Amino acid sequence: MQSENIVGKENMSDILDMVTVSTSPHARSKDTVAIIMYCVLLAILPTSLAGVYFFGIKALIIILIGTLGAVATEALVQPLLGQKISIMDGSAAVTGLLLALTLPPTTPWWMVLVGAAIAIIIGKLIYGGLGNNPFNPALIGRVVLLVSWPVQLTRWQKPVFLFSKTIDTITTASPLGILKDKGAAHIANIRLLDLFLGNRAGCIGEVSVLLILLGLGYLIWKGYVTWHIPVCCLGTVFLFSGIFWLINPAQYANPLFHLFSGGLMFGACFMATDMVTSPITTKGMMIFGAGAGLITIIIRLFGGYPEGISFAILFMNAVCPLIDKYTMPKGFGRA
Amino acid sequence: MKLKTFLGGIHPPGNKRLSEGKRIEAIPLPQKVYIPLVQHIGAPCEAKVEIGQKVKKGELLADSQAFVSAPVHASLSGSVIEIKNYPHAGGNQVKTIIIESDGLDEWVKEPQNGQNPLKLSPDEIKQKIRQAGIVGLGGAAFPSHVKLSPPKEKKIDAVILNGVECEPYLTADHQLMMEKPADIVKGLQIIMRALGVKQGYIGIEANKPDAVQAMQEATKEDSHIEVVGLKVKYPQGAEKQLIKAVLDREVPPPPGLPMDVGAVIQNVGTAYAIYEALSSGKPLIERVVTITGKGIKKPKNLSLRIGTLFSEVIDYCGGLTGEVGKILMGGPMMGLAQYTTQVPVIKGTSGILILPKGESPPTKAGRCINCGMCVRACPMKLIPSILGTYCERDLLDEAEEAQVLNCIECGSCVYVCPAKRHLVQIIKYGKSAILAKKREQKNKS
Repeated sequence: MQSENIVGKENMSDILDMVTVSTSPHARSKDTVAIIMYCVLLAILPTSLAGVYFFGIKALIIILIGTLGAVATEALVQPLLGQKISIMDGSAAVTGLLLALTLPPTTPWWMVLVGAAIAIIIGKLIYGGLGNNPFNPALIGRVVLLVSWPVQLTRWQKPVFLFSKTIDTITTASPLGILKDKGAAHIANIRLLDLFLGNRAGCIGEVSVLLILLGLGYLIWKGYVTWHIPVCCLGTVFLFSGIFWLINPAQYANPLFHLFSGGLMFGACFMATDMVTSPITTKGMMIFGAGAGLITIIIRLFGGYPEGISFAILFMNAVCPLIDKYTMPKGFGRA
Repeated sequence: MKLKTFLGGIHPPGNKRLSEGKRIEAIPLPQKVYIPLVQHIGAPCEAKVEIGQKVKKGELLADSQAFVSAPVHASLSGSVIEIKNYPHAGGNQVKTIIIESDGLDEWVKEPQNGQNPLKLSPDEIKQKIRQAGIVGLGGAAFPSHVKLSPPKEKKIDAVILNGVECEPYLTADHQLMMEKPADIVKGLQIIMRALGVKQGYIGIEANKPDAVQAMQEATKEDSHIEVVGLKVKYPQGAEKQLIKAVLDREVPPPPGLPMDVGAVIQNVGTAYAIYEALSSGKPLIERVVTITGKGIKKPKNLSLRIGTLFSEVIDYCGGLTGEVGKILMGGPMMGLAQYTTQVPVIKGTSGILILPKGESPPTKAGRCINCGMCVRACPMKLIPSILGTYCERDLLDEAEEAQVLNCIECGSCVYVCPAKRHLVQIIKYGKSAILAKKREQKNKS
């Protein structure tokens, strides 16, 4: 074919030298992995601030060490593994912050650092990085710390409030610890409103149910997370704890107490919803959430630990490929 | 009105304001037209004219004996100066008849109004539609008479006119519904008669309330035609999604067709062309095209002769605003990128979209983070992320098992993917590889 047919008018040929020829579609949304991660950070911010408010500067230091420690670990270790440094995608910061928020405010700083390094290296990088990790990296970090230093990881303190004069740490038991060790009768004087707002002993980020739900609402509104996992997880806990409570209210705590105490709310909203380690289909998400809730309540009611959400989510992470396999949709027109 | 829709889909920016509401204009007579012999899905046509021969507007240029094919006609009067391979908007080169205008614009047979197509028998209707060279004007360009001739065992009970126009930027169908609502309805009645169908629907997205109103007004007299308001969502205008929304029926995976669920879909532009052809004898030699995008100075809705070069249209619309990123035939979701503006408008050209540099930049694909946004966007209830991975790794059997052939290539998954994976691109590769393998196996046995 002759060239004049293609180029045509002289004035247009210069412009056309620069056109891109590619297959459709030619439009993409503005969402990127980094934007999603920064939105997750934003969603967790309110409950992080609540942790600082209730537990003071100590909590802030743990949050900073956890977050920066995770980012630094990723920056240092990725070159050693021959990976491109990906700290700017925000996922390391999310992992570090999530880890910090699941630790008691009395955790020694170096332990936080160890946890952050384990979360990033063992939880994520050895699998090849974000997207390939089967387990929630922050939970890997937390569980390693929990089984390595069980005493420090279950030492709770009363809320001190950021601006109050008293700076002494008063150790106390967590609401779930009281329930496990002393029984349902001793939790009668714990007010549900305090649990809902966060005025109780616990891990830094888990105390304020209100602000956790606010963060979750933001992520659902942005379309990055759907309601299926948290609702099915919390619903299952509510249902089963409710059944036992109805059978014997003297021995078992009421279902709202279970929903509002421990790390359940935080785990269900921010850990179980981790995209990488949860199922991809809606049906799979519902099974995943319900499974995590069921394991949590079994551990709480019958297990050795007062709390079980971390183990529950890790277990469900492990069976996630199986769930995905059996929940593949049939596809349009194959009813 | 309660809006109907399907599951999944996306909400890209509509960008329709640029050309919305602009009256359909004709452009000055081009000096040359380039009429490709393939403008439809099906067998290519064979030229019936010779170089040097004088032709008049509406004269038959090429035809085929095959049933799945549609003839092409001269869109102006003049002489055939060349018949050769020439760039086609599909990206390849196609045998093309080039006609130089004699400036007279004479008809071979002046269209005459006043015929009543509803008096014709179904077979006569189909025959006339084929003779007029009418194909689906929504973009796929499937010969219309074929769609109107379903096998006897397929019972058709509904005709749906597609006035959805869910592609961003495009407004040609919208404007046509505003200007020719009565003719479109008559076209629908002709189609219904050809098929012996009692019930007709016109599906329109809710972002065109004026078109909904115009069509409701035009169908007031006919109780067998219902205007259906649809939720604004891409790809609402895809055939299977439109049938799901209007009739709540799901077309089975390929080789399943709309007629398997008793439905025939035609674009509103096709219905208009059918009415024009049957009421006045005018073959399909022009169509409404939206010329738009931030890269063109004066976006417009134009009535263009088949064979008009894109460059001529761009000049008429004031030229380019600056550096061009992409030149598309069609919309941004499924349009075909062009490497030259020296390609002709064909029957399937619904729009010419000029994207300025930077609006559609190349993206670097990252790793899937399993976010599931593609799953929620997929209108075919597939798992695009996994299909993409299978196709990337040439796991064709696994991809087929996971229903990859049911993908309609709408691009919704690519639109939402935060990792910017080239999902539909790799899926297209996988589909063609699977189909090639099937053909090979068939040839062997």
